[in-house]
Amino acid sequence: MLTTATGYVNYWLISILMLVGFYGIIATENLLKKLMALNVISVAIIIFYLNLGQKAGSNVPVLFGEELGTVAAYANPLPHTLMLTAIVVGVATTGVGLALLYRIYNRYGTLEETDVLKEMRSDS
Amino acid sequence: MTANYPALIVIIPLAVAVITPVLGRISIVLAQLSAAAALLVAFISSLGALQHALAEGSWHYYFGGWAPPWGIEYVIDPLSGGLATLVSFIGLLVLIYAVPHLATKPARENTYFYTLYLLCVAGLLGMVVTGDVFNLYVFLEISSLAAYALIAFGGSRATVAGYRYLLIGTAAACLYLLGIGYLYALTGSLNMADLAELLPAVDAPTALVIATVLIVIGLGIKMALFPLHGWLPDAYSSAPAPVTGFIAAVMAKVSAYAIYRICFFVLKDTGTAIIALNMVGWMAAAGIIFGSIMAIAQNDLWRMLAYSSVAQMCYIALGVALGNTYGIYGALLHILNHAVTKGCLFLIAGSIAWKTGIRDITQFAKMCRKMPWTMAVFVVAALSMIGLPPTAGFFSKMYLVMGSVEAGAWGYVAVLVASSLLTAIYFFRVIEYAYLHQPAQGEAVKLEQENSVMARRWELPASMLMPIILLGIGVLTLGVLSEKIIADVIQFALPWGMP
Repeated sequence: MLTTATGYVNYWLISILMLVGFYGIIATENLLKKLMALNVISVAIIIFYLNLGQKAGSNVPVLFGEELGTVAAYANPLPHTLMLTAIVVGVATTGVGLALLYRIYNRYGTLEETDVLKEMRSDS
Repeated sequence: MTANYPALIVIIPLAVAVITPVLGRISIVLAQLSAAAALLVAFISSLGALQHALAEGSWHYYFGGWAPPWGIEYVIDPLSGGLATLVSFIGLLVLIYAVPHLATKPARENTYFYTLYLLCVAGLLGMVVTGDVFNLYVFLEISSLAAYALIAFGGSRATVAGYRYLLIGTAAACLYLLGIGYLYALTGSLNMADLAELLPAVDAPTALVIATVLIVIGLGIKMALFPLHGWLPDAYSSAPAPVTGFIAAVMAKVSAYAIYRICFFVLKDTGTAIIALNMVGWMAAAGIIFGSIMAIAQNDLWRMLAYSSVAQMCYIALGVALGNTYGIYGALLHILNHAVTKGCLFLIAGSIAWKTGIRDITQFAKMCRKMPWTMAVFVVAALSMIGLPPTAGFFSKMYLVMGSVEAGAWGYVAVLVASSLLTAIYFFRVIEYAYLHQPAQGEAVKLEQENSVMARRWELPASMLMPIILLGIGVLTLGVLSEKIIADVIQFALPWGMP
């Protein structure tokens, strides 16, 4: 029982991190904080993938010297490359989100969701 | 060139999108022409690839010569080839439609619109043709990010709607990414065909269930499956008309296709997909009723069409959830029919707002005199939405009902029939206002004057009217040809090959 709990401790932490992100999106009023919570979710998923690539006692998948080691000697590089893409996607999403927030703030003068919605209703 | 059709479908719009900001600096007409040319190339390539797939079986294209599961593979089978043809065709029509719509905007805004639009189309085409689940995620994000920005073109209300869509959409994409992370952890592969072979041997039912649920919810949010549709009405009703026309026509459909692809081609032998689809079926049935009733309650034509989209997307989900031959025929045919019909209706709503500034149905009096051609096409498209023969909508609904009967799901049959009646209510309301309603006394004189001015020229510029009429003809042709489409294309798109 103890080994299962400790063996999966990193995954438990990742789940908690992701749920913190979802809580943030749902519970915060501020639109910018929602974007930050979104980043927390994507970081949690990135760490989840990176965990899949790790092995105890393994090294970077680079050929040092002449001899080729066994599969167990190298960490799996594929999740890292995948997450490179996911990080780029995350940066792009944050960029688009911030650009939209900038326009929202310029127009309504606030980033609190209820205030923005109130302003919108009084517009129409 | 012919040997590289699958790559050209995606690469040409993507490459042209990158150079469009430069071309736009030189001349805006150049940017328009290059965008149209790129989509035309994508359309021809899709058509060529589809023909190849129909003649010689599905076409596997390996990027850089790396065979799967190591390399990325594009798969053109009748399903993906057909959908790519549809997406690029609608993309091209809406691009033509967008030109007069943007004429009043500054050149810089025009340029960025075409850039983002091409990115959006390229992303959707990529989602359709890829045979790799991670690649699908990347293209999903490309198309979604472009769509968020495109929605924000509609002004400050649209910016808020676009931002909320961004939050929900990115969370959805994250769920999908986590889901394929589970699949990758279980099998070590990301290739769809490879996953389908490896997954049945995996003995981890809990992890598989979690993966399935995450993927279906993630893509379900993207396709606006009830009750995950919250972003849709605001986004559709505040975005500029060409954007709404395009994303309402194909964007949600491509996510529906992705659910179908993953549930029936990747997870087919695992047994978890069946449970998830059963859930989807009841969500869809509830969504059909909810969407139709909400549509009746709207006075804004755009919001009415948006809620009607919620209901219609659920038709597709229902067909996929039924999972028998007729159900899938209905779902795939409805993807095609609804893309053409709803695209057409949103373009009409957009041109009415562009020409007269009216979005409220109750002010539609004498619209049939102001815009006779547009309203005539509207009636055809509305009949298709209701599902009257010989329009396209009738046949997909017929297959859905037949599929429900075959599955013994009489509840679904009742929902489908009830929804057709509800659809009739909200569309006949528009038709009644536009054709039969008499305007108030004071307005009648004003309208007569307007009409006499308008009678001398066309109701809309040719590049706006032409896509609308083409789609209107498409609604009728698809209805007449639906048997042929099923016999020639859709029956090869079934997961178990021939029925």
